[in-house]
Amino acid sequence: MKLRHLTTSIMAIGLFFMIACKGKPKDSEIMQAASTAVQSIPGVTADVKEGVVTLSGTVSTEDEKTSAENAVKSVKDVKSVVNNITVTPPPAPAPVAVSADDSLKTAVADVVKDFPGIKVDVKDGVLTVTGEAKADRWKTLKMALDALHPKKVDAKGLKVK
Amino acid sequence: MALQDKYKNLLDTAKASGVSDLQVAELDGVLHINGTAPSGDVKDKLWDIYGQIDPNFLTGDVVMDIDVATAVAGAKVKVITESTNLNIRKGPGTDQPIVGKAAHNEIVTLISKMNEQWWLIRTDGGAEGYSYAQYLQPV
Repeated sequence: MKLRHLTTSIMAIGLFFMIACKGKPKDSEIMQAASTAVQSIPGVTADVKEGVVTLSGTVSTEDEKTSAENAVKSVKDVKSVVNNITVTPPPAPAPVAVSADDSLKTAVADVVKDFPGIKVDVKDGVLTVTGEAKADRWKTLKMALDALHPKKVDAKGLKVK
Repeated sequence: MALQDKYKNLLDTAKASGVSDLQVAELDGVLHINGTAPSGDVKDKLWDIYGQIDPNFLTGDVVMDIDVATAVAGAKVKVITESTNLNIRKGPGTDQPIVGKAAHNEIVTLISKMNEQWWLIRTDGGAEGYSYAQYLQPV
């Protein structure tokens, strides 16, 4: 009789703990949801401890930092968010590489020889196009000239037929 | 920034079409656009849009150089001369002797690229040498 009572008590205690554990959100579950929430923002990672999410990583804009925080805040069972994301603006775009006149002159001569009626002058990286051409031929020439990386292709003096 | 607004449609399309290594920079009132398109069609589309924004490309405020990713060694390229044969030369330069010719619309093999302008090609007939890349289009 005594033994039976004890067994019942143990089972009751065990059951109580199981319910108690289930009721408390697990960090691992929050972690998964939080990681999914910040998935769209590359470079951001989330860590969870007792319901507190810590965000870390590097993004290029303040907006991304804020949106990562907001995304995680809306995750179920998150108590608070520590936003340790650093904002590093992307490096300035590479300066435009303009070909030197000498190499431009040689390359332009090769291109233009197949376009009778068109003359292209090279000066300080600027290609000045004069003469006249049909629209589709001029397009072909313009594509070829742009590929030489000039500073500018000035075709104001060109008559397009 | 005004230039980027003017050509917004072009830049947006470039991004949406999967142009890689896209570089957009402004220098002295000219917008320089560089990148590699995933196909020749995308390159054509970008040039069409450019032509719509700036009819006949006369304003001169854009320099656009779009490579095509499929134009790699071993790929087939088509001869797109206006109507004539394409000269195949011994070396990269119009001063080099002609070693063969490829017919208009002929499909040839791209062996390697000497530079943006001169590509080493081989015809099915066996002629091998350098031709001007402007007349070769990836197929």
